[in-house]
Amino acid sequence: MRNPVAALLLGILIGVGGLYFVLPYDAAAVLAGRGTAPATAVETEPGAERTGAGETLRRVMRRGFLQCGVSQGLAGFSSPDERGRWSGIDVDYCRAIAAAIFGDGEKVRFRPLSAKDRFTALQSGEVDILSRNTTWTMSRDTQLGFDFAGVIYYDGQAFMVRKSSGITKAEQLAGATICTQTGTTTELNLADYFRGRGLDYRVLSFEKNDEAISAYDQGRCDGYTTDASGLYAERLKMQHPADNIVLPEIISKEPLGPVIRQGDPQWADIARWTLSALLNAEELGITSENIEEMRESENPLVRRLLGAEGSYGASVGLRPDWVIDIVRAVGNYGEIFERNVGVDTPLGIERGLNALWTDGGVMYAPPIR
Amino acid sequence: MSAIDMMGPPQKSGSVLGWLRRNLFSSIGNTVLTLVAAYLLWLTVPPLLNFAIFDAVWTGETREACLGEGKGACWPLVWANFGQFIYGRYPESEIWRVNIVFALGFIALVPMLIPSAPAKRFNVIFLLVVYPLIALVLLAGDRPGLPPVPTSEWGGLLVTLVVAVTGIVVSLPLGIVLALGRRSSMPAIRMLSIIFIEFWRGVPLVTVLFMASVMLPLFLPEGLSPDNLLRCLVGVALFSSAYMAEVVRGGLQAIPAGQYEAARAAGLSYWQTMGLVVLPQALRHVIPGIVNTFIGLFKDTTLVLIVGIFDVLGQVRAQLSDPTWTVPQGALTGYLFAGIVFWIFCFGMSQYSSFMERRLNAGRGR
Repeated sequence: MRNPVAALLLGILIGVGGLYFVLPYDAAAVLAGRGTAPATAVETEPGAERTGAGETLRRVMRRGFLQCGVSQGLAGFSSPDERGRWSGIDVDYCRAIAAAIFGDGEKVRFRPLSAKDRFTALQSGEVDILSRNTTWTMSRDTQLGFDFAGVIYYDGQAFMVRKSSGITKAEQLAGATICTQTGTTTELNLADYFRGRGLDYRVLSFEKNDEAISAYDQGRCDGYTTDASGLYAERLKMQHPADNIVLPEIISKEPLGPVIRQGDPQWADIARWTLSALLNAEELGITSENIEEMRESENPLVRRLLGAEGSYGASVGLRPDWVIDIVRAVGNYGEIFERNVGVDTPLGIERGLNALWTDGGVMYAPPIR
Repeated sequence: MSAIDMMGPPQKSGSVLGWLRRNLFSSIGNTVLTLVAAYLLWLTVPPLLNFAIFDAVWTGETREACLGEGKGACWPLVWANFGQFIYGRYPESEIWRVNIVFALGFIALVPMLIPSAPAKRFNVIFLLVVYPLIALVLLAGDRPGLPPVPTSEWGGLLVTLVVAVTGIVVSLPLGIVLALGRRSSMPAIRMLSIIFIEFWRGVPLVTVLFMASVMLPLFLPEGLSPDNLLRCLVGVALFSSAYMAEVVRGGLQAIPAGQYEAARAAGLSYWQTMGLVVLPQALRHVIPGIVNTFIGLFKDTTLVLIVGIFDVLGQVRAQLSDPTWTVPQGALTGYLFAGIVFWIFCFGMSQYSSFMERRLNAGRGR
């Protein structure tokens, strides 16, 4: 009977070993008789005792960090750099919320989500906020149980053509072959555009964007279409980026914005007013560089925004200097834009529609007062 | 008349020409096949070598180094992101922990590949029991002197190996138990084993991972949501153990009934029969099948990408979106690198498997 016992022991050892191997660190810590780190941090978090805090905010504070759903890699919006640090507009927005809640823009963990499971992840509470270049449409807003916090980037579908083709307007694409990615609204918008104008066209769809862009680059198509921000990113993958131009026509509206679950108005307020604070900060000329001087400002608008007057932070369950922390962490909206997609980055996108309303764009945030 | 008498005298392996004639141009059909194969190789191999080696850019600091006409693979992209491909977002100051885990595993694995190395038994126990514990403590941390590193920051080759090794280590014993259960004479155990195996074999791994990662939190009470990587590991382990069970069962069926009967007649109990007589023979028969499952499992780890965990391939794809390194040949270079990494591991496993086969079948080879 020695052998079966030995076999059983070995089996148990293997099982226990395997189990230990797969246990997450916090469970292992619990087994080892230690509490988890975030639990002890709760008491020291500012505002944690506030009773007005909604369910989501309470949960985020208890956890000690924000869970933010981002893309699995989209240049300028959310992509990891060679040191593993996420950067992009969507990423910086999440850092802004983390700064507003904790006073520390790094208290956020990014959860890369595919286009398919992004909504399920938000519904199931895997992420607190979805900041993943998601177009604000009525069906998404009304039928999925979500709210949109606003628009962080006005995108729209556009065309790219070779300069040598002499095409300068989308109407001249009649009879052309267009490369695009299949299974997205891009294809639908394309059909709508040409059908609505009674123009003839041929479409060449590819499963992957990389295939579509290389087909265009090899001259199999006369034009390539996707969202304008994507066109600039894809252009970097071409042999001769400068030989291609983006046509001025925008054939669909793609307002991208952060998404939150319905049913927690306070959390929706935090998401919405964080975005508004970023825009208001730009409008008032508050940047990450001059934030310390701005604290001394006599301008009542600045004083309200930075918490010197009124109690706007407390009304959403946050600290009075929440905006100061936001601007310190990520800067204002303009800084975020220029840092991630602006003309000095490889993407080189102009502000265009995304300029402030005072500069000819449509970025217009309700005032904080 | 025996077969030996009917064969002609062995041809002398003479000149290169003779070898060519005999092996490549022995008939019209073979000649055509040889020419077609040579043409296909000519079409594919030189461009690949040109891209990967001769025209490739080997050094450079920025993406500009890879831009320009006629340039092949952009290896600086791989060098720059190498840390990401191997460790993911594991904090840089803590990477020594991952290195120790890799090194320990390598040091413990090498003696297992050398038949004459001593202390095999201790080595096995170390690899299967002690090593995973050390790896867990080192990788996850949250111990004195080891700050915690959440699994959401693991990535790259680290995740690939963690998922694959866990799947392999768990699926073999679990698969053997399930295979024995399915052939058990006890109806309840047999039914349970069949249900388990058929359930896990019947659903795609993608579904399992998606359910585990996204749907599970909907059913569980709030606060009781296990780590995302852990959920994947459990899913992968259960999934692969169902496949393993069927491979092992195939081996069990190849054992003649006489072996069971003889063992029982010699007074061996059920576990002795299985452990001493049947399984050693059965497992030897199915080494190719077992390693096949391991290799399949290793490559299936790429599916964890859909639940937001970046394995090597996922990490490569994520880094490709970094605008500071976006180049025309970026995708090809990245996939080439991922392919090389996977090939090294899978080829290693298959070589080890054929080595084991030769060793264990020494008595019956032909």
